[in-house]
Amino acid sequence: MSDKILEIQGVSKFFGSVIALQNVSMFVRPGEVTCLLGDNGAGKSTLIKTLAGVHKPSEGKYFFEGSETLFESPREALNAGIATVYQDLAMIPLMSIWRNFFLGSEPLKAGPIFDIENAKRITREEMAKMGIDIRDPDQPVGTLSGGERQSVAIARAVYFGAKVLILDEPTAALGVKQAGVVLRYIVEARNRGIGVIFITHNPHHAYPVGDHFVILKRGQIFGDYAKEEVPIDHLIQMMAGGADLEQLQHELAEATGRS
Amino acid sequence: MTDERVRQVSLANRLLTRPEFGAFLALVVVWVFFAIVAFDNNFVSWVTTAAILNRAAPLGILAVAVALLMIAGEFDLSIGSIVGFAGMAIMLLITPAEAGGFGLPVWMAVLIALIITLLTGFFNGVLVMATRLPSFIITLGSLFIFRGLAVAIPRLMTNRTQLGGFEDYDSGGWAAAFATKIEVGGARFDIAIIWWIVIAAIATIVLLKTHIGNWIFGTGGDANAARNVGVPVAKLKIALFMVTALAAFTVALIQATQLNSADSLRGTLKEFEAIIAVVVGGTLLTGGYGSVLGPVFGALIFAMVQQGIIITGVDGDWFRVFVGGILVLAVIFNNFIRQRASKR
Repeated sequence: MSDKILEIQGVSKFFGSVIALQNVSMFVRPGEVTCLLGDNGAGKSTLIKTLAGVHKPSEGKYFFEGSETLFESPREALNAGIATVYQDLAMIPLMSIWRNFFLGSEPLKAGPIFDIENAKRITREEMAKMGIDIRDPDQPVGTLSGGERQSVAIARAVYFGAKVLILDEPTAALGVKQAGVVLRYIVEARNRGIGVIFITHNPHHAYPVGDHFVILKRGQIFGDYAKEEVPIDHLIQMMAGGADLEQLQHELAEATGRS
Repeated sequence: MTDERVRQVSLANRLLTRPEFGAFLALVVVWVFFAIVAFDNNFVSWVTTAAILNRAAPLGILAVAVALLMIAGEFDLSIGSIVGFAGMAIMLLITPAEAGGFGLPVWMAVLIALIITLLTGFFNGVLVMATRLPSFIITLGSLFIFRGLAVAIPRLMTNRTQLGGFEDYDSGGWAAAFATKIEVGGARFDIAIIWWIVIAAIATIVLLKTHIGNWIFGTGGDANAARNVGVPVAKLKIALFMVTALAAFTVALIQATQLNSADSLRGTLKEFEAIIAVVVGGTLLTGGYGSVLGPVFGALIFAMVQQGIIITGVDGDWFRVFVGGILVLAVIFNNFIRQRASKR
């Protein structure tokens, strides 16, 4: 097992009197997928933003590549190699795939001249490495499906040297097949030695790709399990809060019985 | 780099996806229309062609700059006022002290007026970025501010709102550079047409072939997303407001040399004409999509309709009705094409 590339220890985040995160510890190793599971309101967003350098932790420590770090901005985190792909993607629908791919980091050939041939070629190659055919890099991103857009965002992060890839609910808005496509790229990124933090509230998406699972509940870590330790049913149970789920089943049974 | 999975998109469809295609088609239609209707009025001739191009050039210069700004997602309603303002600045600086001016040598007057005009663009840009208000509102304000200044300052200093006599002081060949007429086939073409072509060519290269162009598209498409990937959105937009001011200055200089004077009211309504040319040229009002060539065609359509109506002897009062109709039609047509194109 290689060393942890990113780790937080005992991190808390307060917004005024609200405790968004309390004493949260988690880590990811290169070439592994850490799944961060949690229901709505569990504190996933705050945790992502803390990892991505948007929020600074109120308490606790942040380690990157073995040394304690404090990122001042998301840009700084990105430059260090922590790329975050948010749900809304930061893709521009009216622009072509290659223009999107290189936006803000355009390769230049002479003076300010954009090296367009290379940009198109690299876009196609990088997507191919992730196992995606883009037929025409000139296609506007708006014409791609949700899963394909996620894939472009992931491929872009990988190309620009991400060591850690944080994916904020990349499968949330997708159909079954599309989600499958995205899951494949998560595995692909992992195989290329990137540490992936995959945020989701869907254990069925997390289980097939995850190496270990961190369950976040009401701002605290509820559990951290390696895949071998936990069968999927158990994971689902814990996510929803076993007792709550049983209660719900009871209520549903009663309700259906009555009608 | 062939890929067997790339479907050969038909030439027609490929053309349809270009933002300027609708405007090009409209240009052809308008030309053919007048060529038939106004054939006896000598529409198809060097003289009429020169008249159209001479009319289109100043508008086209403004439209090119407005297009870049609009693709980046902002408006500039003050550009017409800045034309008047810049013209008055040039002439006021040249006008001798005994007539209430500054009496500077022409080159110095032009240089100082250029700097002042660039500052007006800077002012617009900074205000828009700092207040985060829509540029529509901010530049609507500066439309009145700069027009007001263009009237008030010269009146205060010289008691006039028209200042003439550029050529009396012209020693550096400014008139030659901006007001020369080139004779072809017995018709006189303004040198401004060449300036227009050069400016449009530079703008096209910047937009399509440089990283700045990529930033312009990205900023207009989604300013937040662009900012997140490191595009300096605020600086870019301020720079583009300064580019529209520069275009206004160029037009002011062309007019000051051509007409040998400046007038406080010059450039009135040009902001709207430029926006019409840009929108007819296929640029999306909300930004993120468009071209430079489209607005060039848009300006040509505008001038062609104007000239066509003049030479057919139709009452000029109908011109605005016609232009307004074309604007609405063009927007509907462009919308239709864009939807079709994106579903290819």
